[in-house]
Amino acid sequence: MKEVSLQSPSLKRGRQRGLSLSGVSFLDNGPYTIAVEPGACIGLTGRSGVGKTQLLRAVADVIAHKGSCSLDGKLCDSFFPPVWRQMVAMLPAESFWWYDSVGAHFDTSSDLTECTKLMEKVGFSRDIMDWQISRLSTGERQRISLIRTLINRPRVLLLDEPTSALDKKMVSVVEEILAERCSLQRISCLWVGHDIEQLFRVAGKVYRVETEGFKEEVAI
Amino acid sequence: MNVISLSSVDLSLAAFLLLLLAATSLRIGLGLEKRIVISGIRMTVQLLLIGMVLKVLFASDNFVLVAIMSICMLLVAGYEVRARQKRKLRGTTGYLISTGSMLVSSFSVTFLALTVMVGVDPWYTPQYAIPMLGMLLGNTMNGVSLASDRLTTEMYNQRGMVEQRLLLGQTWQEASGEIRRDCMRTGMIPIINSMAAAGVVSLPGMMTGQILGGSSPLDAVKYQILIMFLIAAGTGFGVLTAIWLISRRLFDDRQRLVLDCLTNVK
Repeated sequence: MKEVSLQSPSLKRGRQRGLSLSGVSFLDNGPYTIAVEPGACIGLTGRSGVGKTQLLRAVADVIAHKGSCSLDGKLCDSFFPPVWRQMVAMLPAESFWWYDSVGAHFDTSSDLTECTKLMEKVGFSRDIMDWQISRLSTGERQRISLIRTLINRPRVLLLDEPTSALDKKMVSVVEEILAERCSLQRISCLWVGHDIEQLFRVAGKVYRVETEGFKEEVAI
Repeated sequence: MNVISLSSVDLSLAAFLLLLLAATSLRIGLGLEKRIVISGIRMTVQLLLIGMVLKVLFASDNFVLVAIMSICMLLVAGYEVRARQKRKLRGTTGYLISTGSMLVSSFSVTFLALTVMVGVDPWYTPQYAIPMLGMLLGNTMNGVSLASDRLTTEMYNQRGMVEQRLLLGQTWQEASGEIRRDCMRTGMIPIINSMAAAGVVSLPGMMTGQILGGSSPLDAVKYQILIMFLIAAGTGFGVLTAIWLISRRLFDDRQRLVLDCLTNVK
């Protein structure tokens, strides 16, 4: 078999830990190539409508795309799609709910004590699971949605403006939780946001998403 | 006993009632008068034509003619299902799916009834085959069109929710489970309701016709019971097949929700 030359230097080294994107392109965008080590966080920003959300959706494999994504050197296509999406979990900017109560959205197999612990950390009382979704504010939904994703034990987090509806205090609480979990559980993280200061606070590196690919952003 | 033959004067009198309704609709600005008149005319012409076709068909007892007639009925039913949908599957797929699911359910159930239950010889005797197939197809068509219209509309409206569930690692079956079950219910509820109300609230059309035609009420009732079971089974399985096939099309091989296979609504 002919040796295929890859743009990504990480793939040449063999089994790369964490998430790596190699020449990912969709619609008129791309190619995007990047590697995120386990426990590392990379910030992504860019003007509205450039395709940041679509990029995350491509990585989560919910839209058709070219190029390859891999986790620990294993290609996305080699996973059963739901397994990939559970490991490479995307948290969409707008959260959706389909049952009446909060608790119904949590798998019965998920760790309840861990769940309550996280819920308390983001400011909810113990009876949160009985609350009605229709009575929650956007910010409350955003926090619960984050926990719903975290409790799934992902290996990679794709966060689409995860703190957009939160007040200052909650923003720092959520940042703290994410930082702690990502380093403890060695989660690779792609964080999409518009607040450059925040991105440099949470991420080791920040890239600007352009239609043709990534451009490194420098701290102000 | 012979049936009292209806004269064209009798029919015209009945048609006059419809014209009265159309006039009222015009008067109170309902905007339905045109449709009332056109549907009335369509119904009359179609039924007169089919009456003549059936006359020829019944006289000949020819299998090929019966087969051609059945296929025509199926194709028209397939067209009707498609025409009643707000968001259709693009291309011929949608047509094939609705026709296919009706073919699978209506034809097999009719065939079973003709060979095993009624046991008429030959099994394709048009006096039995065509009316039974017609009743089955008509009801299955209603069920399939209600269910598939609802499925494509709901999947489109709730795409955010479905995708959220996919993102949480659910399979396409889990992510679309509630929607699919709702649509199946939508498709089956009308026939279940009419089974429950049969005889108490309404005298089913076929039975009424048979009684008017001079059959004994008990014979008519037995046929009606048979037909009701067949219709319920045919509609049910037709709806299940259609929902399964359409939802399978709405997700690709990587279990992504693909809605660009649906037509747009202006």
